[in-house]
Amino acid sequence: MEGWDPNTKSTLTQIPLLTIKSGPRDGALWTQRLKEEYKALIAYTSMNKSKDNDWFRISAANPEGTRWKGKCWYVHNLLKYEFDLQFDIPVTYPATAPELELPELDGKTEKMYRGGKICLTVHFKPLWAKNCPRFGIAHVLCLGLAPWLAAEIPVLVDSGTIKHKDDVATSSES
Amino acid sequence: MEVELKELLNDLQSLKKSISDPSDLALIDKMHLHVENIATLEKSGTTCRSKVKDMSAEVVDSNPYSRLMALQRMGIVDNYERIREFSVAIVGIGGVGSVAAEMLTRCGIGRLLLYDYDKVELANMNRLFFRPEQVGMTKTDAAVQTLSEINPDVVLESYTLNITTVEGFDTFMSSLTNKSFRTTKSGSGVDLVLSCVDNYEARMVVNQACNELNQTWMESGVSEDAVSGHIQLLIPGETACFACVPPLVVASGIDERTLKREGVCAASLPTTMGVVAGLLVQNTLKYLLKFGQVSRYLGYNALKDYFPTMEMKPNSQCSNTACLERQKEYILAKPTRDAAAKAKAADSEALSVAENPVHADNEWNISVVDDDEVDGADVRNSGVLPEGIVHELPVADEYPKQPITEAVGPADDLEELRRQLEALNAD
Ligand SMILES: [Zn+2]
Repeated sequence: MEGWDPNTKSTLTQIPLLTIKSGPRDGALWTQRLKEEYKALIAYTSMNKSKDNDWFRISAANPEGTRWKGKCWYVHNLLKYEFDLQFDIPVTYPATAPELELPELDGKTEKMYRGGKICLTVHFKPLWAKNCPRFGIAHVLCLGLAPWLAAEIPVLVDSGTIKHKDDVATSSES
Repeated sequence: MEVELKELLNDLQSLKKSISDPSDLALIDKMHLHVENIATLEKSGTTCRSKVKDMSAEVVDSNPYSRLMALQRMGIVDNYERIREFSVAIVGIGGVGSVAAEMLTRCGIGRLLLYDYDKVELANMNRLFFRPEQVGMTKTDAAVQTLSEINPDVVLESYTLNITTVEGFDTFMSSLTNKSFRTTKSGSGVDLVLSCVDNYEARMVVNQACNELNQTWMESGVSEDAVSGHIQLLIPGETACFACVPPLVVASGIDERTLKREGVCAASLPTTMGVVAGLLVQNTLKYLLKFGQVSRYLGYNALKDYFPTMEMKPNSQCSNTACLERQKEYILAKPTRDAAAKAKAADSEALSVAENPVHADNEWNISVVDDDEVDGADVRNSGVLPEGIVHELPVADEYPKQPITEAVGPADDLEELRRQLEALNAD
């Protein structure tokens, strides 16, 4: 795993791997996969909480489990920056990874495609392809979103592109 | 403009009254005529041309198809007018797709189906086709606006949707199978699908749809560093599908590790995109109108002006089940294919015997090479790619397939799992 920091690597190895290769158009097989997704997400969330590194909330936004919504946050200079998080499970999942969207940051950074989709590193897609179907939603959050927030949020804050919600409140009051 | 021209005419009239020299008067009459001509031209400039019923080969200024129909007169194409029967679906109306759409529109294609979920932005202005005043419009609507002005004969359908989502995919599939325009040979509603998307995920979705529908399609791509690109023909069951082998890219010769990606997702050039769109539509025209040789894979390295070609056979271990079904059908249809090829060969032989008597000795010493021998490099069998082409992604690692156990109990109930995650989320 060239190109990943040791922390990401050790976290990744503790997320349960998935076994069922099925997507949202596969009926009962998708339900089986969905159960594995939940197990991996439960394990990952519990692990983050136990390490005092809780950083996202995610839930299925429809009964089929093909659309997901939640929040993610990042602490920079002791201030917490929180963003809406959403994504669709693509029809070709798990051959292709879901494209994570942070709609509030759309148009604010170059490291983003249209619609607020985050631009993943050159290391992500090869690793995902190599590990199909063992990686799931929990893995894309760990390998995709966590490093993206760590790299981009400090830049966006320091350049003044995004402001902490308390700052926004104070400046509008004054 | 119209008012200004009227003023000019009035001035000329008053000038004419004050002049007595007949040679000056003739000059003023001439000027009068010019102004009237300008006025007529100005009026006609704002109206679009009306639809034409049949493509005419007549060479006159007013015939939009005369230069295209000349292809038929020159013997390049047997029947150019057939182009009006064809439907082409273009997925992704960006730097490549929009230009491809314009080229096909100018060629007089019968019907175009356009798919994109994006809007036109000022950041797109380094590419061709879209204009600054279209910023904010959906790419599909802006394209329909421009294309219908260029050629009102083309039937245009615009689909503003994301094909990778479950709902988007359903609409995509049903639009491809809609046979209202004409039923095609393959039984679907379109003759060819052109993938002009900019990401692997969307390509895999086009691949999925085309494998399921047994729909021939062409793939196109431009690298994120903007200095290489490729086009590829995919015939389900006959050629490798997009999932058969890891995606291929033309190496730009730049080391990925030295490529500076800080602060940017992708670069783009109107030139590279225009070249790739040109190659794609050229291959499309050859495929639809049956002339020349249709390329299976054609790469473009802009830094070295290198154009590698190759062929890829389907992978019998492909992870896509629809691809495996098409492969089986293709093998089963081999006797029919062979018989048809034999009949065709016999026909053309009879024709050539009648036209030119065969010389007993081959005076030019030309050796005839079997088609199979000139095939490009077979990537899957040899495992070796032609120079300058590399895999973009690795193959999935082998892993022991675990039997799907229907475990019972609270740990395997979907609702229970959902509740557990929500409980953690609520904390
Ligand atoms: Zn395949």
